[in-house]
Amino acid sequence: MKPSVIALYVVIVIAGITAPLVFPNYTFQIAVLWMMILFALTWDIMGGQMGYNSLGNIFFFGAGMYISAVVQIAQFAPVGEYTSAFGAYQVEFTDAQYYTGLGLGIVAAGIGAIFCAVILGACVFGLRGPYFAIGTLGLALAAAELIGGWEWVGGGGGISMPVFPGGPDLRSRFFYYIVFVLAITTFGFLRWLYTTRFGLAINAIRDNESKAEAMGLHTKRYKTAAWSIAAFFLGMVGAVFGNMVGFIEPLEVAFPTVTFGIFMVAMSLLGGKGTLWGPVLGATLFHVIKELTWIYLLGWQWVALGAIIVINVVFFQQGILGWAMDRWPEKFGIVVEPSPGEGRAVGAQEAAQ
Amino acid sequence: MRTLIDVRNVSKTFGGVVANHDISLKVPEGEITGLIGPNGSGKTTLFNCIVGNHPIDSGSIVFQDREITTFTVQKIARLGLLRTFQQTHIYGNMNCIQNMLISVPHRTEGYSDMFRPYRREAYERVDELLEFVGLYSKRKLQAGDLSFGQQKLLEFAMALMNGPKVLLLDEPTAGINPTLINGLIDRLKRANQELGITLFVIEHNMRVIMNLAEHIYCLAHGELLAQGSPNEIQNDQRVIDAYLGAH
Repeated sequence: MKPSVIALYVVIVIAGITAPLVFPNYTFQIAVLWMMILFALTWDIMGGQMGYNSLGNIFFFGAGMYISAVVQIAQFAPVGEYTSAFGAYQVEFTDAQYYTGLGLGIVAAGIGAIFCAVILGACVFGLRGPYFAIGTLGLALAAAELIGGWEWVGGGGGISMPVFPGGPDLRSRFFYYIVFVLAITTFGFLRWLYTTRFGLAINAIRDNESKAEAMGLHTKRYKTAAWSIAAFFLGMVGAVFGNMVGFIEPLEVAFPTVTFGIFMVAMSLLGGKGTLWGPVLGATLFHVIKELTWIYLLGWQWVALGAIIVINVVFFQQGILGWAMDRWPEKFGIVVEPSPGEGRAVGAQEAAQ
Repeated sequence: MRTLIDVRNVSKTFGGVVANHDISLKVPEGEITGLIGPNGSGKTTLFNCIVGNHPIDSGSIVFQDREITTFTVQKIARLGLLRTFQQTHIYGNMNCIQNMLISVPHRTEGYSDMFRPYRREAYERVDELLEFVGLYSKRKLQAGDLSFGQQKLLEFAMALMNGPKVLLLDEPTAGINPTLINGLIDRLKRANQELGITLFVIEHNMRVIMNLAEHIYCLAHGELLAQGSPNEIQNDQRVIDAYLGAH
């Protein structure tokens, strides 16, 4: 790694750690920013790197949120009774019990989301192109409706999450750091993952799946693994977000298909899909623009966001990083590089004819 | 001499169109076998049947004494029976090195291998093979930006990287600059002799196939019309008629 890259990482980590101390009023917003980065990164595994545009990844976010809620509540109360009381159920738990429940809930959310990805993958990986997008969109919409009709988990009325044992400042900082660590971990994991055979395999599936099959690649295995990885991180961040908000319900919080579900696609496209840094860049820009329009263009905020998406898709399809790669290919290592050997030079000339 | 691919009475129809009818042929190990025939005579369909792309209606296909008729494309490829395409199939948004690396054999790949970096030997092999096909200097370019002929060479190198036992080549010289064709014939022969890869080649260019193959099968209207050495085929009246449209 170049020193400049290491410096960049150090700056980002320090900024992430100090942000809630420097801007205590914006802790929640910055936590959501890290979550957006995680959203864009995990969407890009499938959408950018593997060429499977999923519109239903938000499903894993909501699934994780509900799995975690059930695990946390089941620690100290019957789930059905707790949810039917709509927050009026009196519970006693110690701090240690709360943190254990939360930890177990997050882990269960991650594992449960992987489980969902493997099963759903078996159903939808036969679909290609736009059909995959619509099929997965259907999953997310159906999940919201199904949860809405399931009284045991609160139905459409939602669930009030167990109350954090501490003051509001500690609470927001506590959840901020969990989301921050999750986002950084996701980035680090993907950074490593894309250097292994896995990275090339999913790129190959994106570029030409029938060729990959003809070469004997275990395409199904790679596709299932790719979705499971996305699901794992989405499920965990869903669990944390549910607790951070304090109240979960199917349509707006757990399975917000038209907001978070679409944002994760828009952010990846904006930054440059199929790259490691594109989603990070796209998510940061998108979130900042979104917050600014909510403050200064209230009433027109959705129009402004829509305009950005349209401009992006019509004029900058490859996104910011993709555009930079087209503009300065040599900076990204795309170069003709003849070797000193005589035989090689002859071969190159021959090939160039 | 051992028979590597044994096609027995294979038939394949698409609706009312009979693409292959009762075709039987053998590809012997270590040799170069040719497959010719006019356009639409069922050559590519036969290739697709052999590698498992579409299920056949009747007959059987045996590879190394093993029935592979119902196997999937991937499973057949992992056994070492590989094909290249008439239109190039490469991974356009990856560079040549990446195209080559992902083409390593997946025969024994386990779950943990999915998450391993590539060994040094793999990189060395990539350099060797890219040099062999004359694409070494272009190795860091996006494969999709290469010319059609270069993409064909890359696809050939990718097939070699996979270390197959037999390679089915669908018109390897189509669309390639005539000055490059001699170099390509030479490379195909070297792949056959030095790497011991059995070749089964569809070719329209008669000069190429007569130069290359030891035994040639000719298809016409989905049926096996003739077979024999290049000399016999060249002088076979039925083959000449088929190409000139007497049928």
